Amino acid sequence: MNMRLPSFEEKLAEHGLDLAPLGVETLQVNVTRLCNQACHHCHVDASPKRTEQMSRATVDRCLEILARNAAITKLDITGGAPELNPHFNYFVEAARRLNKHVMVRHNLTVTIDGNPQTGESKRYLPEFFARHRVEVISSLPYYQEFFTDKQRGNGVFKKSVESLRLLNEQGYGKSDGAQGFGLTLNLVYNPVGAFLPAPQESLERQFKKELESKFGVVFNSLFTITNMPINRFKKDLERLGAYEEYMTRLVNAFNPAAARGVMCRSLISVGHDGRLYDCDFNQMLDLNLSEESGGTVFDFDLDKLLNRKIIFGQHCYGCAAGAGSSCGGATAKESP
Amino acid sequence: MNYYESKDLDRFGEIGQFRGELAEKFFDYYNAVTGEDGALTKREKALIALAVAHAKQCPYCIDAYTTQCLENGANPDEMTEAVHVAAVMEAGMTLVHGVQMHNALRKRGAM
Repeated sequence: MNMRLPSFEEKLAEHGLDLAPLGVETLQVNVTRLCNQACHHCHVDASPKRTEQMSRATVDRCLEILARNAAITKLDITGGAPELNPHFNYFVEAARRLNKHVMVRHNLTVTIDGNPQTGESKRYLPEFFARHRVEVISSLPYYQEFFTDKQRGNGVFKKSVESLRLLNEQGYGKSDGAQGFGLTLNLVYNPVGAFLPAPQESLERQFKKELESKFGVVFNSLFTITNMPINRFKKDLERLGAYEEYMTRLVNAFNPAAARGVMCRSLISVGHDGRLYDCDFNQMLDLNLSEESGGTVFDFDLDKLLNRKIIFGQHCYGCAAGAGSSCGGATAKESP
Repeated sequence: MNYYESKDLDRFGEIGQFRGELAEKFFDYYNAVTGEDGALTKREKALIALAVAHAKQCPYCIDAYTTQCLENGANPDEMTEAVHVAAVMEAGMTLVHGVQMHNALRKRGAM
């Protein structure tokens, strides 16, 4: 079966969609590819062996951009395990002093494992996050050990639960109101294999019920994210002979409402070397913004960025399938 | 070449090539029953359908409802339990016919 699938841009044209940038609300900065884990689905190909790190000069330049552009209200720090960048604490502290909303894509286990290259302990993280009122966003592929460990490695589920309890002890994840501390802990679900995510709302209810009743763990919201058919996950699909079938599923599940909500319309992604991209996935595919748009943080120009043409590829179907997918979860109410 | 090819499931709609109005009624009914939450959630319905697929030994349905279960948040424990429900129902239905055997034995004075 060698069916030609329409390109993402052809699909947009078919639906009369023109996905121009809407603004830059979020600066998403990938500070390292080093990670204490090596997950099956990881689009970054992060692992304990990676060495790429954002330098202090680039971090400082990101802070300058945040300071100069009031429209950018959010800093989203990702990796790898971003806490393994030597300037991570400095970056968070300085961005908070600028009054920016700081989100950290925290894999939970780094608190327990520490730095795989230096052995440095990261046990201070829950308290550090709470002190700086960081929004913690953590991957937990399932509320049971089997799926979680299958995707993220043996022992990850138990360590994740331990780490979630430490965050709860700091006040994270409690519901708003009298008992709430205003410390947000959101979990991220992505399918363990070649299938689309379950509906976000019903899965969130299930996660909350199971995690609280079995482990006494609470959190705020669950974000469902579709696995992107790139890098490690793509290789997995090819190994299973399922790449074409998965792509066909994504194309058939194309949802114009989800396409309109794609995150690249409201964020800019920064690589560890300071290069700019439309999103973290384009970053991993080396789809660097053109020089006219401002190719690196050192040429950052918001007006130019707002007039850029977003670079699309076949992987973009992943963000526009079903209820949609973004770093903040589903982007549309309903699948078509 | 097998009699069952998973990609053939995509051609299910071909049944509407002749007497399309009957197929349309079936697919409307099918989608109304399985496609949305009702008194049962889509997840519960997918697990029931998976169990029935095993009892009726339909490879298309096993394939499709494994995906449906996963895409509605079910896990291998739940799916396996659903298959056991199907299996135990089949076993029970066989065993309960032992009563018929006893009736026959009694009729022949052998019990």
